[in-house]
Amino acid sequence: MTRDLLSLPAATLRDRVAAGDASALGVVDRVFERIRATGAGAAGGDRSATHGLNIVLWHDREWSRAEGQAIDDRVIGGEALGALAGVPVMLKDNIATLQLPTTCGSRILEGYVSPYEATAVRRLREAGAVIVGKTNMDEFAMGSSTEHSAYGPTRNPVAPDRVPGGSSGGSAAAVAAGLVPIALGSETGGSVRQPASFCGVTGIKPTYGRVSRYGLVAFASSLDHIGVFGRSVDDAAMGLQAIAGRDVRDATSADVDVPDYRAAFKVSMRGVVIGRPREYFPDSLDERMRDVCDGAIDALRSLGAEVRDVSLPHTNLAIPAYYIIAPAEASSNLARFDGVRYGLRLTGDGLRGMYEATRSRGFGAEVTRRILLGTYVLSAGYYDAYYRKAMQVRTLIARDFRQVFATGVHALVTPTAPTPAFPIGAVSDPYEMYMSDIFTVTANLVGVPAMSVPVGFIDGLPVGAQVISPHFDEFGMLSVAYAIERALGVGARK
Amino acid sequence: MAVSHEDVRHIAALARLGLEPDRVTLLVGELNGILAHMGALAAVDTSTVETDAPSATGSTMRSDDALPIPLARAREDIAPEMRDGFFLVPRLSTHEDGADGHGADEP
Repeated sequence: MTRDLLSLPAATLRDRVAAGDASALGVVDRVFERIRATGAGAAGGDRSATHGLNIVLWHDREWSRAEGQAIDDRVIGGEALGALAGVPVMLKDNIATLQLPTTCGSRILEGYVSPYEATAVRRLREAGAVIVGKTNMDEFAMGSSTEHSAYGPTRNPVAPDRVPGGSSGGSAAAVAAGLVPIALGSETGGSVRQPASFCGVTGIKPTYGRVSRYGLVAFASSLDHIGVFGRSVDDAAMGLQAIAGRDVRDATSADVDVPDYRAAFKVSMRGVVIGRPREYFPDSLDERMRDVCDGAIDALRSLGAEVRDVSLPHTNLAIPAYYIIAPAEASSNLARFDGVRYGLRLTGDGLRGMYEATRSRGFGAEVTRRILLGTYVLSAGYYDAYYRKAMQVRTLIARDFRQVFATGVHALVTPTAPTPAFPIGAVSDPYEMYMSDIFTVTANLVGVPAMSVPVGFIDGLPVGAQVISPHFDEFGMLSVAYAIERALGVGARK
Repeated sequence: MAVSHEDVRHIAALARLGLEPDRVTLLVGELNGILAHMGALAAVDTSTVETDAPSATGSTMRSDDALPIPLARAREDIAPEMRDGFFLVPRLSTHEDGADGHGADEP
């Protein structure tokens, strides 16, 4: 029996397209059949399929078909092909595209089509990837469940009564539902890794500066990253390979060489030093989560790695610091959505009334809450007590990581999230929702690379372990994640 | 430091967000609930700690040179209306151009 094209690893799919054994156009058609079959989205912005998984917000089948046909023409013409030729990819809806809307899951940007393209998208297309849709997300990437979208919640393909995590829940669900082998998301505090854990897929947050943020709609600029989902570590590594590297259009893009990430899979774990930070395994952690993650660490030990208990003593301050810094930056970044320059405009009493009417109707409850929180911590009389203090604590957290890595630890392994996916509507308290990010926000505050790899199940729900490495050592991080994937056989396709 | 109704109305005005009175009451409770958890930061001695965000993230900045924006369409195609090379927008002080609509797609 012929294996479904969409179940193939990205590398195999690319090779079959390049050899003429499969057509890129046929792959695109298969994606849209699967979108329809799973209720993952609706054509042309028709939101009638919200009873389904509600993964895809925007797509243009004919444009994607033309992109696929162009790849097939190159194959027939014997032209050089990129590393992702014919591989279908979806993008989170806060990454700018020319052909599809970019709404950030918000009413305030409904109908907005960017006049320029994100560097990451351009690089994917140059590698031959075919963009097949924009995915649902928490509005402006503010959330941990993809329930805070103006276009309705996304459901977890593994357990449709549960959330897929967030804020990149649509992209994680797209990979988990078998729509695409690779999808892009974005991270400000764990928005790729946490949904990857909830959906049983791999999710990478690269080093800050490794992937250009040009064309990523800003939430909190010092914390924002573009990240990659893959159905396996290999798929995710191929996606990262395509988008990594210096970009003069991003002022914070780093001029650091990009190695061949797939070569990391040949690295032996013998002599590799793994840190197990005790603050990420608190007494309050579910015993089953502890056991599953320790199983991953034990697997690395059995492959020859040395495991050390380490401490990152300021970890308990990460959530308070993050939820001051991120809203502060958001309150500034989202000031541009005022009814004048983008999307929605509502009339009000004079200029100020127009601003207030547009923003209060255009933003949802969570975005409003965070803008107010950010405005408060930056306002006169509170700046030093909140914002300055949080930035100093950020420095202390960064110092923790530097000190641990300076002792010879190559990578840290922790749980990605404290729980598996929770039921839709189960978490209504904002701070309780923020605690979903307790193990992930530190990597955003510090800028180090981190990824989630599936390691097991709790009550039938997938959970991931997080691998954290020093700045720009995605190569080492991938070698550890691949070793875990191979040893445990969870989530990876054989 | 508890947030009052007056504080919420003040920061909403600063943030250009219109809030109904019942929403203000709800937000007072929510913001105080969140800020209560931020109190943990106050107990940390940071008297000798700098706010070195750039080195904390391990990144460096390039010079802030202007680059042309690679627009896929000409400015004339993006703006609803142009005259003599300038964007035309509604008269915001009076809204003479009136009804609900959409702003210019400015990059």
